[in-house]
Amino acid sequence: MRPFDYERVTDLRHVDQPGDRMIAGGTNLLDLMKLEVETPRRLLDISHVGQNRITVEGDGLRIGALVTNADCAADPRIRADYPLLSKAILAGASPQLRNKATTGGNLCQRTRCQYFMTLDTRCNKREPGSGCDALDGVNRNHAILGTSEACIATYPGDMAVALTALDATVDVLGRNGPRQIPVAEFHRLPGDDPSRDNVLEPGEVITGVTLPRPVAGRQIYRKIRDRSSYAFALVSVAALIEVTDGRIARAALAFGGLAHKPWRDPEVEAILTGQPAAPALFDRAADALLASAEGRGDNNFKIPLVRRALAAVLAEATRD
Amino acid sequence: MANPSTTLDVNGEAREFAGDPRRTLLDFLRYDLKLTGTKKGCDHGQCGACTVIVNGRRINSCLSLAVMHDGDRITTIEGIGTPEALSKLQRAFVSHDGFQCGYCTPGQICSATAMLEELAAGWPSAVTEAVAENPEISEDELRERMSGNLCRCGAYSNIIAAIREAMQAEETE
Repeated sequence: MRPFDYERVTDLRHVDQPGDRMIAGGTNLLDLMKLEVETPRRLLDISHVGQNRITVEGDGLRIGALVTNADCAADPRIRADYPLLSKAILAGASPQLRNKATTGGNLCQRTRCQYFMTLDTRCNKREPGSGCDALDGVNRNHAILGTSEACIATYPGDMAVALTALDATVDVLGRNGPRQIPVAEFHRLPGDDPSRDNVLEPGEVITGVTLPRPVAGRQIYRKIRDRSSYAFALVSVAALIEVTDGRIARAALAFGGLAHKPWRDPEVEAILTGQPAAPALFDRAADALLASAEGRGDNNFKIPLVRRALAAVLAEATRD
Repeated sequence: MANPSTTLDVNGEAREFAGDPRRTLLDFLRYDLKLTGTKKGCDHGQCGACTVIVNGRRINSCLSLAVMHDGDRITTIEGIGTPEALSKLQRAFVSHDGFQCGYCTPGQICSATAMLEELAAGWPSAVTEAVAENPEISEDELRERMSGNLCRCGAYSNIIAAIREAMQAEETE
């Protein structure tokens, strides 16, 4: 690990010099600092700035940026009204990691692409312009949607996939005051600048996440991975489905493991809305979802896998 | 730049940390305090051998900086029991052979100690059928809740048996 200065801060606005990194749970940042993928000059410890409560906000809830994943998943209001969020969080990491990982930090979790996490390979995310060894390398875990020739990494988390389906918003504070970003627009596609995972501007800090009013219907999080616990998703599906009079009245679907961001496709939801549940309908939804999907070799299996995962989730969500 | 002062409560004793801010909590416990019960396995938060309890919550001490624990209450395996006075879980691990080489055992026991508190508080897990309801205690639940602790010897079935016995001992007292 490279040397750094350490500072305890009491104020979330105190964070905008080049080379500064904020640390809270540290479960991702310290791991990457040990690998020297992250080399901050100064660590600003924000673990005591507050923002560690879940509060009622209008018809919904606001989760402070420092609320741990464990506390969020165990909160009775989240479990009752947003079970999708509890399920997604509990599907990720281990109990020990969820006790440290925070809501804001988890949104900023970096990719688990092994070329990003190894210094002796080329990676445009770690070292812009150096190239991408994943394109023709071992790319079993990599993206099939929204990729570029510069990067095929995936966003690895589960929580943000659920938050995307739930239409949650990220509360951010910057030099020019606060702003709100829909979670669906928080992470970005790699394009020609994969070094940026999300749309945060320099100096901006996440203060919390706002959940809108709870919605009716079934909430399902299906995660497919190499072992049954404590592994990143190959493919995951977050679904909120409401069925009225035998037809799908509302469908919100977000996918993990497919892209550089949690993937949501309005066309897929439009195909399902207003229709009676049927295998042929689920197939059409998958056709739309996967119209531009492209495997890179090792990850070709994700295309049929997500088709089957979507069909299974829709069948479960719409059965009597 | 000098670090801010850092005082930790480790197993009931006040301890000062004034070292390099890169020092992990794990290395502080092992190298500075000579509390070598806590083990270093992967050093990347993947194996759970370094699990300790901080303010009642189990964490990976390898992925946490000592300097970030000012005012925190740390419990290591040395604070859970002694050879003369084993905790219920420690006794149950012995009677069920919940280990072979024993390297992961301190982490398993710290983890299980805090896990039983999480269960008592009604926390759901990834295998809980309805997350809004209190979990039923089953083998699946215990296995899922202990998935952050790997055992290369594969003593899992005995670890689960030990945890079950400790839970029963809790109930009958």
